Amino acid sequence: MLEHYLSLLIKSIFIENMALAFFLGMCTFLAVSKKVETALGLGVSVTAVQVLTVPVNNLLYQHVLKEGALAWAGLPEVDLSFLGFISYIGVIAAIVQILEMTLDKYVPSLYNALGIFLPLITVNCAIMAGSLFMVERDYDFGESVVYGFGSGFGWALAIVVMAGVREKLKYSDVPDGLKGIGITSITAGLMAMAFMCFSGIQL
Amino acid sequence: MSTMSNKSIFLRPLAADNPVLIQVLGICSSLAVTSKMETAVVMTLALIFTTTLSNAGISALRNYIPNSIRIIVQMVVIASLVIVVDQVLKAYAFSISKQLSVFVGLIITNCILMGRAEAFAMKYPVIPSAIDGFGNAAGYGIVLVSAAFVRELIGSGKLWGHNILTPITEGGWYQTNGFLLLPPSGFFFIAFFIWALKTWKKELVDHNG
Repeated sequence: MLEHYLSLLIKSIFIENMALAFFLGMCTFLAVSKKVETALGLGVSVTAVQVLTVPVNNLLYQHVLKEGALAWAGLPEVDLSFLGFISYIGVIAAIVQILEMTLDKYVPSLYNALGIFLPLITVNCAIMAGSLFMVERDYDFGESVVYGFGSGFGWALAIVVMAGVREKLKYSDVPDGLKGIGITSITAGLMAMAFMCFSGIQL
Repeated sequence: MSTMSNKSIFLRPLAADNPVLIQVLGICSSLAVTSKMETAVVMTLALIFTTTLSNAGISALRNYIPNSIRIIVQMVVIASLVIVVDQVLKAYAFSISKQLSVFVGLIITNCILMGRAEAFAMKYPVIPSAIDGFGNAAGYGIVLVSAAFVRELIGSGKLWGHNILTPITEGGWYQTNGFLLLPPSGFFFIAFFIWALKTWKKELVDHNG
Protein backbone atom coordinates (compact mmCIF):
# COMPACT_ATOMS: atom_id res chain seq x y z
CA MET A 1 0.00 0.00 0.00
CA LEU A 2 2.76 2.40 0.97
CA GLU A 3 4.62 1.39 -2.15
CA HIS A 4 1.59 2.27 -4.26
CA TYR A 5 1.41 5.77 -2.74
CA LEU A 6 5.13 6.26 -3.14
CA SER A 7 5.08 5.38 -6.83
CA LEU A 8 2.08 7.65 -7.36
CA LEU A 9 4.05 10.46 -5.70
CA ILE A 10 7.12 9.95 -7.89
CA LYS A 11 4.90 9.65 -10.94
CA SER A 12 3.06 12.90 -10.23
CA ILE A 13 6.22 14.88 -9.44
CA PHE A 14 8.54 13.73 -12.22
CA ILE A 15 6.95 11.59 -14.90
CA GLU A 16 3.71 13.53 -15.19
CA ASN A 17 5.07 16.91 -14.18
CA MET A 18 2.22 19.40 -14.49
CA ALA A 19 4.31 22.13 -16.05
CA LEU A 20 6.79 20.25 -18.21
CA ALA A 21 4.87 17.17 -19.32
CA PHE A 22 1.32 18.56 -19.58
CA PHE A 23 2.12 22.27 -19.98
CA LEU A 24 -0.38 23.34 -17.37
CA GLY A 25 -0.19 26.63 -15.57
CA MET A 26 1.98 27.91 -18.42
CA CYS A 27 0.73 31.50 -18.29
CA THR A 28 1.95 31.96 -14.73
CA PHE A 29 4.92 29.69 -15.39
CA LEU A 30 6.22 32.00 -18.11
CA ALA A 31 5.13 35.27 -16.51
CA VAL A 32 6.24 34.87 -12.88
CA SER A 33 9.53 33.03 -13.36
CA LYS A 34 11.84 36.04 -13.55
CA LYS A 35 13.17 35.75 -9.99
CA VAL A 36 13.84 32.67 -7.87
CA GLU A 37 12.38 34.28 -4.75
CA THR A 38 8.93 35.03 -6.19
CA ALA A 39 8.90 31.71 -8.04
CA LEU A 40 9.50 29.94 -4.73
CA GLY A 41 6.65 31.82 -3.03
CA LEU A 42 4.28 31.00 -5.85
CA GLY A 43 5.40 27.37 -5.89
CA VAL A 44 4.72 26.98 -2.18
CA SER A 45 1.26 28.50 -2.46
CA VAL A 46 0.35 26.36 -5.47
CA THR A 47 1.40 23.25 -3.55
CA ALA A 48 -0.64 24.30 -0.52
CA VAL A 49 -3.76 25.00 -2.57
CA GLN A 50 -3.36 21.80 -4.56
CA VAL A 51 -3.04 19.66 -1.41
CA LEU A 52 -6.36 21.08 -0.19
CA THR A 53 -8.43 21.30 -3.37
CA VAL A 54 -7.78 17.88 -4.90
CA PRO A 55 -8.96 15.90 -1.83
CA VAL A 56 -11.95 18.22 -1.26
CA ASN A 57 -13.00 17.88 -4.88
CA ASN A 58 -12.45 14.14 -4.56
CA LEU A 59 -14.93 13.97 -1.66
CA LEU A 60 -17.37 16.12 -3.61
CA TYR A 61 -17.07 13.89 -6.66
CA GLN A 62 -17.26 10.56 -4.84
CA HIS A 63 -20.16 11.46 -2.58
CA VAL A 64 -22.28 13.97 -4.48
CA LEU A 65 -21.58 14.26 -8.18
CA LYS A 66 -20.69 10.77 -9.39
CA GLU A 67 -23.35 8.62 -11.03
CA GLY A 68 -25.18 6.80 -8.24
CA ALA A 69 -23.23 8.68 -5.58
CA LEU A 70 -26.38 10.10 -4.06
CA ALA A 71 -27.61 6.63 -3.06
CA TRP A 72 -27.08 7.57 0.61
CA ALA A 73 -29.73 10.26 0.18
CA GLY A 74 -32.19 7.81 -1.36
CA LEU A 75 -31.53 9.01 -4.92
CA PRO A 76 -29.60 6.14 -6.55
CA GLU A 77 -30.36 7.15 -10.15
CA VAL A 78 -29.19 10.73 -10.06
CA ASP A 79 -26.07 11.59 -12.09
CA LEU A 80 -24.79 15.08 -11.41
CA SER A 81 -21.41 14.68 -13.08
CA PHE A 82 -22.29 17.40 -15.62
CA LEU A 83 -22.09 19.92 -12.78
CA GLY A 84 -18.45 18.95 -12.24
CA PHE A 85 -16.66 21.92 -13.80
CA ILE A 86 -18.69 24.59 -12.07
CA SER A 87 -18.44 22.86 -8.66
CA TYR A 88 -14.68 22.31 -8.87
CA ILE A 89 -13.94 25.90 -9.83
CA GLY A 90 -16.27 27.05 -7.03
CA VAL A 91 -14.41 24.90 -4.51
CA ILE A 92 -11.05 26.17 -5.77
CA ALA A 93 -12.11 29.81 -5.57
CA ALA A 94 -13.51 29.30 -2.06
CA ILE A 95 -10.41 27.48 -0.76
CA VAL A 96 -8.07 30.10 -2.17
CA GLN A 97 -10.17 32.78 -0.46
CA ILE A 98 -10.17 30.89 2.88
CA LEU A 99 -6.44 30.24 2.67
CA GLU A 100 -5.87 33.92 2.01
CA MET A 101 -7.91 34.98 5.03
CA THR A 102 -6.30 32.37 7.30
CA LEU A 103 -2.80 33.39 6.31
CA ASP A 104 -3.66 37.06 6.73
CA LYS A 105 -4.82 36.42 10.29
CA TYR A 106 -2.30 33.87 11.57
CA VAL A 107 0.82 34.07 9.39
CA PRO A 108 0.95 37.68 8.17
CA SER A 109 4.61 37.42 7.15
CA LEU A 110 3.88 34.63 4.67
CA TYR A 111 0.76 36.46 3.54
CA ASN A 112 2.75 39.56 2.71
CA ALA A 113 5.43 37.54 0.98
CA LEU A 114 2.92 35.85 -1.32
CA GLY A 115 1.02 39.06 -1.99
CA ILE A 116 -0.88 39.11 -5.24
CA PHE A 117 -0.04 35.53 -6.17
CA LEU A 118 -2.61 33.97 -3.88
CA PRO A 119 -5.76 35.23 -5.63
CA LEU A 120 -4.17 34.52 -9.01
CA ILE A 121 -3.94 30.83 -8.17
CA THR A 122 -7.69 30.48 -8.73
CA VAL A 123 -7.15 30.83 -12.47
CA ASN A 124 -4.01 28.69 -12.62
CA CYS A 125 -4.86 25.79 -14.90
CA ALA A 126 -2.57 23.42 -13.00
CA ILE A 127 -4.95 23.57 -10.02
CA MET A 128 -8.07 22.90 -12.06
CA ALA A 129 -6.26 20.18 -14.01
CA GLY A 130 -5.29 18.43 -10.75
CA SER A 131 -8.96 18.03 -9.92
CA LEU A 132 -9.92 17.01 -13.46
CA PHE A 133 -7.18 14.37 -13.69
CA MET A 134 -8.25 13.07 -10.29
CA VAL A 135 -11.81 12.61 -11.62
CA GLU A 136 -10.68 11.13 -14.94
CA ARG A 137 -8.50 8.53 -13.21
CA ASP A 138 -11.01 7.86 -10.45
CA TYR A 139 -8.55 8.21 -7.54
CA ASP A 140 -9.73 7.31 -4.05
CA PHE A 141 -9.31 9.73 -1.13
CA GLY A 142 -5.81 8.63 -0.07
CA GLU A 143 -4.54 8.70 -3.63
CA SER A 144 -6.01 12.16 -4.17
CA VAL A 145 -4.07 13.58 -1.19
CA VAL A 146 -0.83 12.12 -2.54
CA TYR A 147 -1.60 13.20 -6.09
CA GLY A 148 -2.50 16.72 -4.95
CA PHE A 149 0.80 17.09 -3.13
CA GLY A 150 2.87 15.50 -5.89
CA SER A 151 1.42 17.54 -8.73
CA GLY A 152 1.71 20.79 -6.78
CA PHE A 153 5.28 20.04 -5.75
CA GLY A 154 6.25 19.07 -9.28
CA TRP A 155 4.93 22.37 -10.58
CA ALA A 156 6.79 24.29 -7.86
CA LEU A 157 10.01 22.45 -8.69
CA ALA A 158 9.67 23.31 -12.37
CA ILE A 159 9.03 27.02 -11.84
CA VAL A 160 11.92 27.40 -9.38
CA VAL A 161 14.34 25.69 -11.79
CA MET A 162 13.02 27.87 -14.60
CA ALA A 163 13.54 31.04 -12.56
CA GLY A 164 17.10 29.94 -11.78
CA VAL A 165 17.85 29.53 -15.48
CA ARG A 166 16.24 32.87 -16.36
CA GLU A 167 18.30 34.75 -13.78
CA LYS A 168 21.44 33.58 -15.61
CA LEU A 169 19.88 34.20 -18.99
CA LYS A 170 19.81 37.93 -18.31
CA TYR A 171 23.53 38.12 -19.10
CA SER A 172 23.32 36.46 -22.50
CA ASP A 173 22.97 38.04 -25.90
CA VAL A 174 19.61 36.99 -27.33
CA PRO A 175 18.41 37.88 -30.88
CA ASP A 176 15.97 40.83 -30.80
CA GLY A 177 12.89 38.93 -31.92
CA LEU A 178 13.37 36.22 -29.30
CA LYS A 179 13.80 38.56 -26.32
CA GLY A 180 11.35 37.96 -23.49
CA ILE A 181 8.76 35.32 -24.17
CA GLY A 182 10.51 33.73 -27.15
CA ILE A 183 13.69 32.65 -25.42
CA THR A 184 11.70 31.70 -22.34
CA SER A 185 9.63 29.19 -24.25
CA ILE A 186 12.74 27.72 -25.89
CA THR A 187 14.25 27.30 -22.42
CA ALA A 188 11.04 25.66 -21.24
CA GLY A 189 11.16 23.36 -24.26
CA LEU A 190 14.71 22.27 -23.43
CA MET A 191 13.67 21.64 -19.82
CA ALA A 192 10.69 19.63 -21.01
CA MET A 193 13.03 17.51 -23.13
CA ALA A 194 15.19 16.88 -20.09
CA PHE A 195 12.14 15.87 -18.08
CA MET A 196 11.16 13.41 -20.79
CA CYS A 197 13.99 11.17 -19.59
CA PHE A 198 11.80 10.39 -16.58
CA SER A 199 9.10 8.97 -18.81
CA GLY A 200 11.20 5.82 -19.25
CA ILE A 201 10.83 4.96 -15.57
CA GLN A 202 8.57 2.00 -14.95
CA LEU A 203 6.74 2.07 -11.63
CA MET B 1 -9.49 53.03 -27.22
CA SER B 2 -13.13 54.06 -27.23
CA THR B 3 -12.85 55.22 -30.83
CA MET B 4 -11.70 51.82 -32.04
CA SER B 5 -13.82 50.57 -34.92
CA ASN B 6 -15.31 47.11 -34.88
CA LYS B 7 -12.99 46.14 -37.71
CA SER B 8 -9.86 47.03 -35.81
CA ILE B 9 -11.20 45.32 -32.67
CA PHE B 10 -11.47 42.18 -34.78
CA LEU B 11 -8.19 42.50 -36.68
CA ARG B 12 -5.81 43.54 -33.88
CA PRO B 13 -5.77 40.22 -32.01
CA LEU B 14 -5.08 38.28 -35.21
CA ALA B 15 -1.45 39.43 -35.42
CA ALA B 16 -0.31 42.64 -33.72
CA ASP B 17 -1.97 41.81 -30.39
CA ASN B 18 -2.19 38.04 -30.76
CA PRO B 19 -3.31 36.47 -27.47
CA VAL B 20 -0.86 33.55 -27.59
CA LEU B 21 2.21 35.18 -29.12
CA ILE B 22 2.12 38.71 -27.71
CA GLN B 23 -0.20 38.75 -24.70
CA VAL B 24 1.06 35.30 -23.59
CA LEU B 25 -2.40 34.01 -22.73
CA GLY B 26 -3.75 30.51 -23.21
CA ILE B 27 -0.38 28.88 -23.81
CA CYS B 28 -1.24 25.69 -21.92
CA SER B 29 -3.80 24.31 -24.29
CA SER B 30 -2.09 25.62 -27.41
CA LEU B 31 0.88 23.35 -26.67
CA ALA B 32 -1.00 20.29 -25.60
CA VAL B 33 -3.62 19.83 -28.31
CA THR B 34 -1.55 20.70 -31.38
CA SER B 35 -0.07 17.33 -32.30
CA LYS B 36 -3.08 16.68 -34.58
CA MET B 37 -5.18 18.92 -36.82
CA GLU B 38 -8.45 17.41 -35.68
CA THR B 39 -8.05 18.22 -32.00
CA ALA B 40 -6.65 21.68 -32.78
CA VAL B 41 -9.63 22.61 -34.94
CA VAL B 42 -12.19 21.30 -32.44
CA MET B 43 -10.42 23.16 -29.65
CA THR B 44 -10.44 26.37 -31.71
CA LEU B 45 -14.16 26.07 -32.42
CA ALA B 46 -14.87 25.42 -28.74
CA LEU B 47 -12.83 28.46 -27.76
CA ILE B 48 -14.48 30.71 -30.37
CA PHE B 49 -17.89 29.70 -29.03
CA THR B 50 -17.06 30.22 -25.36
CA THR B 51 -15.00 33.40 -25.70
CA THR B 52 -17.53 35.17 -27.92
CA LEU B 53 -20.48 34.31 -25.70
CA SER B 54 -18.70 34.85 -22.39
CA ASN B 55 -17.46 38.27 -23.50
CA ALA B 56 -20.96 39.19 -24.67
CA GLY B 57 -22.56 37.85 -21.49
CA ILE B 58 -20.14 39.49 -19.10
CA SER B 59 -20.41 42.74 -21.00
CA ALA B 60 -24.21 42.63 -20.74
CA LEU B 61 -23.91 42.10 -16.98
CA ARG B 62 -21.05 44.55 -16.44
CA ASN B 63 -23.14 47.28 -14.82
CA TYR B 64 -24.72 44.85 -12.34
CA ILE B 65 -21.58 43.03 -11.15
CA PRO B 66 -20.22 44.35 -7.82
CA ASN B 67 -16.49 44.89 -8.21
CA SER B 68 -15.48 42.76 -5.23
CA ILE B 69 -17.05 39.54 -6.52
CA ARG B 70 -16.49 40.06 -10.24
CA ILE B 71 -13.99 37.20 -10.59
CA ILE B 72 -16.42 34.62 -9.30
CA VAL B 73 -19.28 35.98 -11.44
CA GLN B 74 -17.04 35.78 -14.51
CA MET B 75 -16.08 32.24 -13.52
CA VAL B 76 -19.71 31.16 -13.28
CA VAL B 77 -20.56 32.58 -16.71
CA ILE B 78 -17.49 30.93 -18.27
CA ALA B 79 -17.95 27.60 -16.48
CA SER B 80 -21.59 27.33 -17.59
CA LEU B 81 -20.60 27.87 -21.23
CA VAL B 82 -17.82 25.31 -20.98
CA ILE B 83 -20.25 22.76 -19.54
CA VAL B 84 -22.43 23.26 -22.63
CA VAL B 85 -19.44 22.70 -24.94
CA ASP B 86 -18.35 19.62 -23.00
CA GLN B 87 -21.80 18.04 -23.10
CA VAL B 88 -22.19 18.74 -26.83
CA LEU B 89 -18.78 17.21 -27.57
CA LYS B 90 -19.55 14.15 -25.46
CA ALA B 91 -22.84 13.67 -27.28
CA TYR B 92 -21.76 14.25 -30.89
CA ALA B 93 -17.97 13.76 -31.03
CA PHE B 94 -17.16 11.31 -28.29
CA SER B 95 -13.76 10.13 -29.61
CA ILE B 96 -12.47 13.70 -29.96
CA SER B 97 -13.83 14.52 -26.53
CA LYS B 98 -11.77 11.58 -25.18
CA GLN B 99 -8.64 12.78 -26.97
CA LEU B 100 -8.99 16.29 -25.64
CA SER B 101 -9.51 14.75 -22.17
CA VAL B 102 -9.17 17.43 -19.49
CA PHE B 103 -8.42 20.23 -21.92
CA VAL B 104 -12.07 20.97 -22.59
CA GLY B 105 -12.60 21.55 -18.88
CA LEU B 106 -9.47 23.63 -18.79
CA ILE B 107 -11.04 26.19 -21.13
CA ILE B 108 -12.52 27.54 -17.86
CA THR B 109 -9.09 28.49 -16.62
CA ASN B 110 -7.84 29.45 -20.08
CA CYS B 111 -6.37 32.87 -19.47
CA ILE B 112 -7.76 34.21 -22.75
CA LEU B 113 -11.31 34.09 -21.40
CA MET B 114 -10.54 35.68 -18.04
CA GLY B 115 -8.07 38.08 -19.60
CA ARG B 116 -10.50 39.39 -22.20
CA ALA B 117 -13.36 39.50 -19.69
CA GLU B 118 -11.26 41.65 -17.35
CA ALA B 119 -9.54 43.77 -19.97
CA PHE B 120 -12.35 44.32 -22.43
CA ALA B 121 -15.81 43.02 -21.61
CA MET B 122 -16.02 44.82 -18.25
CA LYS B 123 -15.56 48.18 -20.01
CA TYR B 124 -17.27 48.00 -23.40
CA PRO B 125 -20.81 47.36 -24.73
CA VAL B 126 -22.05 43.96 -25.87
CA ILE B 127 -21.37 44.04 -29.64
CA PRO B 128 -17.71 45.21 -29.51
CA SER B 129 -17.09 42.76 -26.67
CA ALA B 130 -18.44 39.86 -28.69
CA ILE B 131 -16.26 40.92 -31.64
CA ASP B 132 -13.24 41.21 -29.36
CA GLY B 133 -13.90 37.71 -28.00
CA PHE B 134 -14.28 36.31 -31.50
CA GLY B 135 -11.10 38.04 -32.71
CA ASN B 136 -9.01 36.82 -29.81
CA ALA B 137 -10.28 33.28 -30.14
CA ALA B 138 -9.54 33.44 -33.88
CA GLY B 139 -6.02 34.72 -33.18
CA TYR B 140 -5.55 31.78 -30.83
CA GLY B 141 -6.97 29.51 -33.54
CA ILE B 142 -4.48 30.72 -36.15
CA VAL B 143 -1.55 29.77 -33.93
CA LEU B 144 -3.15 26.48 -32.93
CA VAL B 145 -4.04 25.33 -36.43
CA SER B 146 -0.72 26.33 -37.99
CA ALA B 147 1.19 24.59 -35.20
CA ALA B 148 -0.95 21.49 -35.67
CA PHE B 149 -0.47 21.63 -39.46
CA VAL B 150 3.33 21.57 -39.18
CA ARG B 151 3.45 19.09 -36.31
CA GLU B 152 1.08 16.56 -37.84
CA LEU B 153 2.53 16.83 -41.38
CA ILE B 154 6.17 16.46 -40.38
CA GLY B 155 5.61 14.35 -37.30
CA SER B 156 3.43 11.64 -38.80
CA GLY B 157 3.20 12.51 -42.51
CA LYS B 158 -0.54 13.00 -42.21
CA LEU B 159 -3.09 15.78 -42.33
CA TRP B 160 -6.44 15.29 -40.64
CA GLY B 161 -5.60 11.58 -40.35
CA HIS B 162 -5.02 11.12 -44.12
CA ASN B 163 -1.60 10.14 -45.45
CA ILE B 164 0.06 13.00 -47.31
CA LEU B 165 3.67 11.85 -47.11
CA THR B 166 3.43 8.05 -46.94
CA PRO B 167 5.70 6.89 -44.08
CA ILE B 168 8.22 4.06 -44.48
CA THR B 169 6.34 1.91 -42.00
CA GLU B 170 3.41 1.82 -44.43
CA GLY B 171 5.52 1.10 -47.51
CA GLY B 172 6.16 4.72 -48.50
CA TRP B 173 9.31 6.83 -48.56
CA TYR B 174 8.85 9.35 -45.73
CA GLN B 175 10.89 8.94 -42.56
CA THR B 176 8.64 10.47 -39.89
CA ASN B 177 10.16 12.91 -37.45
CA GLY B 178 8.65 11.65 -34.23
CA PHE B 179 10.12 14.48 -32.21
CA LEU B 180 7.48 16.87 -33.53
CA LEU B 181 4.77 14.74 -31.99
CA LEU B 182 6.36 15.03 -28.56
CA PRO B 183 5.27 17.85 -26.26
CA PRO B 184 8.53 19.91 -26.13
CA SER B 185 8.40 20.63 -29.86
CA GLY B 186 5.31 22.74 -29.15
CA PHE B 187 7.48 25.15 -27.17
CA PHE B 188 10.01 25.45 -29.97
CA PHE B 189 7.30 25.99 -32.53
CA ILE B 190 5.70 28.79 -30.50
CA ALA B 191 9.13 30.37 -29.99
CA PHE B 192 9.92 30.37 -33.71
CA PHE B 193 6.45 31.71 -34.47
CA ILE B 194 7.08 34.58 -32.04
CA TRP B 195 10.50 35.19 -33.57
CA ALA B 196 9.02 35.38 -37.07
CA LEU B 197 6.23 37.72 -35.97
CA LYS B 198 8.60 40.05 -34.13
CA THR B 199 11.01 40.13 -37.04
CA TRP B 200 8.14 41.13 -39.28
CA LYS B 201 6.77 43.73 -36.85
CA LYS B 202 9.83 45.28 -35.23
CA GLU B 203 7.81 47.48 -32.86
CA LEU B 204 6.72 44.41 -30.88
CA VAL B 205 10.25 43.53 -29.71
CA ASP B 206 10.45 43.30 -25.93
CA HIS B 207 13.64 45.07 -24.86
CA ASN B 208 13.30 44.38 -21.16
CA GLY B 209 13.01 40.60 -21.35
